[in-house]
Amino acid sequence: MSYQLENTQQGEKYNTIFSKVPAAERRKRHSRSRLRKRLLLGTYIVLLVLPLYWLLNMSLQTNSEILGSMTLWPQNLTFDNYIGIFTNPSWYMGYVNSIMYVVMNMIITMLVALPAAYAFSRYKFIGDKHLFFWLLTNLMAPPAVFLLPYFQLYYSVGLFDTHIAVALAHCLFNIPLAIWILEGFMSSVPKEIDETAYIDGYSFPKFFIKIFIPMISSGIGVVLFFLFMFSWVELLLARTLTSTDAQPIGMIMTRTSTASGIDWGTLAAAGMLTIVPGILVVYFVRNHIAKGFALGRT
Amino acid sequence: MNNKVYNNRAWLLVLPMLVLVAFSAIIPLMTVVNYSVQDVLGPNASFFTGTEWFRTMLNDSALQAAFGRQIMFSLIILAIQIPLGIGIALIMPKQGWQASAVLILITLPLLIPWNVVGSIWQIFTRGDIGLMGWGLRELGINYNITRNAGDAWATIILMDVWHWTPLVAMLCYSGLRSIPEAYYQAARIDRASKWAVFRYIQLPKLTNVLVIAVLLRFMHSFMIYAEPFVLTGGGPGSSTTFLTQSLATMAIGQQDLGPSAAFSIIYFLVILLVSWVFYTTIMHLQKDKNSQGGV
Repeated sequence: MSYQLENTQQGEKYNTIFSKVPAAERRKRHSRSRLRKRLLLGTYIVLLVLPLYWLLNMSLQTNSEILGSMTLWPQNLTFDNYIGIFTNPSWYMGYVNSIMYVVMNMIITMLVALPAAYAFSRYKFIGDKHLFFWLLTNLMAPPAVFLLPYFQLYYSVGLFDTHIAVALAHCLFNIPLAIWILEGFMSSVPKEIDETAYIDGYSFPKFFIKIFIPMISSGIGVVLFFLFMFSWVELLLARTLTSTDAQPIGMIMTRTSTASGIDWGTLAAAGMLTIVPGILVVYFVRNHIAKGFALGRT
Repeated sequence: MNNKVYNNRAWLLVLPMLVLVAFSAIIPLMTVVNYSVQDVLGPNASFFTGTEWFRTMLNDSALQAAFGRQIMFSLIILAIQIPLGIGIALIMPKQGWQASAVLILITLPLLIPWNVVGSIWQIFTRGDIGLMGWGLRELGINYNITRNAGDAWATIILMDVWHWTPLVAMLCYSGLRSIPEAYYQAARIDRASKWAVFRYIQLPKLTNVLVIAVLLRFMHSFMIYAEPFVLTGGGPGSSTTFLTQSLATMAIGQQDLGPSAAFSIIYFLVILLVSWVFYTTIMHLQKDKNSQGGV
């Protein structure tokens, strides 16, 4: 039975190897499958962009047009919603606040994650595996678990409603993530480079800054992208740790719904503006991002 | 890397990170543990309750229901997003300006703040002003996410697929890019079918990134909060109330310190346990496969 099965399979394989399909026909098949691929991908991209297009469409309309009729594109193009946001400090400060704590978080995380990732990629030390595993468990901790203690901790040390509080809180998941990715990138740099540099008389800090960091610069770019991504999109902790002075844009957006109804145009415009920083960041790292998503491990 | 040097001075490099993570993880976690075994009545009035809160929480029927919904949600989105993500990665262009453009477009949903994702879909699915809601109504489909639990579920799953499939696709795409061209050439010489190329060349190379993808997606979907909160507010009724929302209501809304702390710990342990079980199972499977001399 099994012999027969094997035999038929072999026979089929034999057939395909010496297939009599002419080259032209094969090329035609190839281009047809290429076209099908493009069509599928195109459909997916359209579906992906559609909700975003709708947001853009609404942000360029007045509220009366939004509520009045169903229009697939703005009939009376208006930028009032955007102008309203850019001229009102209580609105645009939300963006400033968000960007401030995101940048602070990126700097703090990088400063502590770079040496730690180097230690994990180059040395064995007591408890290294446990420490690494414990770090990764922090990635799995639901932020909601830390809501209350964070609130109390930062309140008691007088950091409540400051940018640094949110930046530190986001370290909870960003530091483990950064170390995880950086460790992958660093391990792919041959160890001989370190040794040669030490023989040449470089001290550790000088070697690290002058030689090692430039070698993993694409990895660092990708890590910064991830740090930005997870800090920018998080709201639960950012919202809990701030009240007025450091309020993130996501929280200010809830102001658009008032007793008299929802200000759809402003909500849509504010939403569109939260997407812009992401587009800029992904544009800068677009050439490294494919490697980065494999966390430097391919 | 097996040629690591044994050197305990490496601890010095890890130390700054440790101090910071201790501040943002250990101290808060200890506070949670502390609350979970006490009944806090006031600033200076609390007494030890032992495991009482844990027992209350485990027997709470509302939480059990939320837990069930959470598991179901995570399983459904994994079942959709993983195959879909692999499929998209396979049809993404590999070079040229199209590759960059597709990369940027596909990454977009990942960079939108989570509550804005909720808002986008809230607008998109409204019957009066949203394209999808309006379109479905015009087609004669009675679609209403604030009244119909089925519609609310379908919309939340659709939203999550929209939001997170790009992550799976990007992970797989980067896995596929690491396959040397020579493998494909060999397959062409053998006249291997497309399915054979996928099964014996691409899929094995994807295993690593798929483990990461499934773990990340499981963890994130298990903590989902902002998107359904904005889209449905957990309703209609409590049909789309997931665990984080129950916890946030309990901890911040009602200020029930003891029960919510106990709930937090159970929640954290469940995620840890599932991730660990999943991880070790996959690693064992791989080891078995390798020891049998397979791919």
